[in-house]
Amino acid sequence: MRHEFFPLFYSFHFYLFGLLAIASALLFVTRKSPVAAAMWLVNVMFCLAAEYVLLGAQFIGAIQVLVYAGAIMVVFLFVVMLLNLGHAEAVTDLRGNAGRLAAGFVGLAMLAEVMVLAQSEFAAELTPKAALARQAAEAIDGPGGVIGPIAAPLFREHLLAFELTSMLLLTAIVGAVVIGKKREGGDAR
Amino acid sequence: MLYDLAIPAQLTAALLPDLLLMGGAMCLMLLAAWKRDSAHHQRTVGYASLGLLTAVFGTVAWMALRHDATNTGGVIAVDGFRFLVDLVVLLGAAGTIALAIEHNDRDGITQAESHVLVLFAASGMMILAAARDLMVVFLGIEIMSVAVYVLAGLDRRSPRSAEASLKYFLLGAFATGFLLYGMALIYGATGETQLNRIGNAVGSLQLAKDPMFLVGCGLLLVGLGFKVAAAPFHMWAPDVYDGAPTPITAFMAASVKAAAFAAFLRIWFEGFYFGWAGWANATWWLAVVTMVVGNVVALQQKNIKRMLAYSSIVHSGYLLVAVTAASAFASTAFTFYVLAYTLATFGAFAVVATMQPAGTTDARIADYEGLWHVRPWLATAMGVYLLALLGFPVFGGIGFFAKWYLVQAALASPSRLSALAVILVVTSVISAGYYLQVVRAMFMQPRPADAPAPPAAGVLTRTVMVVTAALILALGLFPSQLVAITKDNGFRPYPFSPALQMGLPQMDPLANK
Repeated sequence: MRHEFFPLFYSFHFYLFGLLAIASALLFVTRKSPVAAAMWLVNVMFCLAAEYVLLGAQFIGAIQVLVYAGAIMVVFLFVVMLLNLGHAEAVTDLRGNAGRLAAGFVGLAMLAEVMVLAQSEFAAELTPKAALARQAAEAIDGPGGVIGPIAAPLFREHLLAFELTSMLLLTAIVGAVVIGKKREGGDAR
Repeated sequence: MLYDLAIPAQLTAALLPDLLLMGGAMCLMLLAAWKRDSAHHQRTVGYASLGLLTAVFGTVAWMALRHDATNTGGVIAVDGFRFLVDLVVLLGAAGTIALAIEHNDRDGITQAESHVLVLFAASGMMILAAARDLMVVFLGIEIMSVAVYVLAGLDRRSPRSAEASLKYFLLGAFATGFLLYGMALIYGATGETQLNRIGNAVGSLQLAKDPMFLVGCGLLLVGLGFKVAAAPFHMWAPDVYDGAPTPITAFMAASVKAAAFAAFLRIWFEGFYFGWAGWANATWWLAVVTMVVGNVVALQQKNIKRMLAYSSIVHSGYLLVAVTAASAFASTAFTFYVLAYTLATFGAFAVVATMQPAGTTDARIADYEGLWHVRPWLATAMGVYLLALLGFPVFGGIGFFAKWYLVQAALASPSRLSALAVILVVTSVISAGYYLQVVRAMFMQPRPADAPAPPAAGVLTRTVMVVTAALILALGLFPSQLVAITKDNGFRPYPFSPALQMGLPQMDPLANK
């Protein structure tokens, strides 16, 4: 998204995600439960990814989600939960039905936003301004955008290696659960 | 059917058995997680896994009988060699699960996921048998290894099992570093990761004396040497084999080795063939050291699991002879040998699993004294397996032909590895010292008065023993069928030569040796 075409949209989202990131970071350092803290850190990562995308660095945004929010934080959470340090049920941050309703509403709103954006992406002629923005972006980054040159070989030439990597990760996760799981009846012989 | 691997649909079709196994394993993973761990649930998942393996076995056999093939490019191979190794690996996985169902029951291991991990490891092995790209080789090795690291530590109440798992994991991770660095250097020297292109580059760029290529080969040799437990990279094997639950030990000794060797053979024959003059000395010495060290140390073992661990190291040495020979005949001898070795190893470990008192990992050779007098059939079966491992004629069945074939391959190789063949035969004679020691203890010594009666074997364990012993003896009496099958499905080293046919001089790297 280029800010010369949608200045208001651009600055609104830039400051929105900036404030969200700061708020999440504050919540991250003040939570008592490690699981809740980790979830807020994930939120910080997501907001930063959105900022990167707004700045035109789509690839860094995607990598931010994949590597930080996806890989590192999930492993972190996984360890916390496996070692049973979390006690998430004792210090949950979402209390009562009001919280659940709010969470559901935010989720639905985000889904709707994604749907609308996806549709305008496929029907770029929807607004002449959007089409113009798209053309300008393609003129700079090429048809696949910034990520295209990385995504295309990843999902064509190296498709098998890519899928096998997910198989490897699944094996590692199942293995970690088998090793880490508490035994009924104790472990000592 | 001829596959064009550039088309995703055909790549999927070429990987049909692998995908079937992976998808089925994921479904069984959900089934395993569905209920609380219990002995009953563990058995259910185990039987379902056996069913899945049968289906995959059928698929592989069907593809092999159709003579499915592919051109020499692409990330995976579709050829008879792959299908034969697949069948051997699937046999091994089925044997492991059959033994594990009853062994888990007896030792109170209730994790139903253990069978799923065996399936995951088997899918990694099938990928290894097919891999024609260094990246795919690496991923196959890691899928297999990660699952087996966990399986080695399955018995959570046994400190020795935990030690085995941790030791295997740490040393395995270290070896993976060597493997990856080797692959990086090979990529640096040739600019390719696909084996056929590496093969072309090694031939056309004359890399046989290139330091970067040779160092890469050497590091790859260290990494793979660790996986197949070749001396001097074998230090982990006895402790890990000893500490792991016995069915898993059989899996590690037979199937992990078969799969890692299949990838080894394909990389060396297809990718590095024209570097033969550079790497032949390394594999030659690795084979000799492995054969000698394994045999000499095995002679001093009192624990039968450790003895069989050293014996498996020795067999790595024999198989390295096939790698050094680098010919179509060698690949044929390799598949034949791997089948014989898998059958004998599973049989022997089935007996060891039966003889172990519940809840212990101790398995002394002294426990086998006079077994003939109390359990004649068990003693006879163990005798067949040990003689097959030794390569004894008639009573050792297929084992004799496997070894004879390997010696033939060494002698028929264009480089005439007569010294290596002689060392193979001499070390085989030494190995009689420890195999026959067990046979002597079983048949020629009286049963000690205070020895407890060996526990009765379960139905599945007995099935494994009967099937392996019958196959060893039957194929030993009528080996010609199997010889014909393996001959049809050997693969020519360096089967592709487009670059060389276009004006470059045809060279035979083995001609001057």
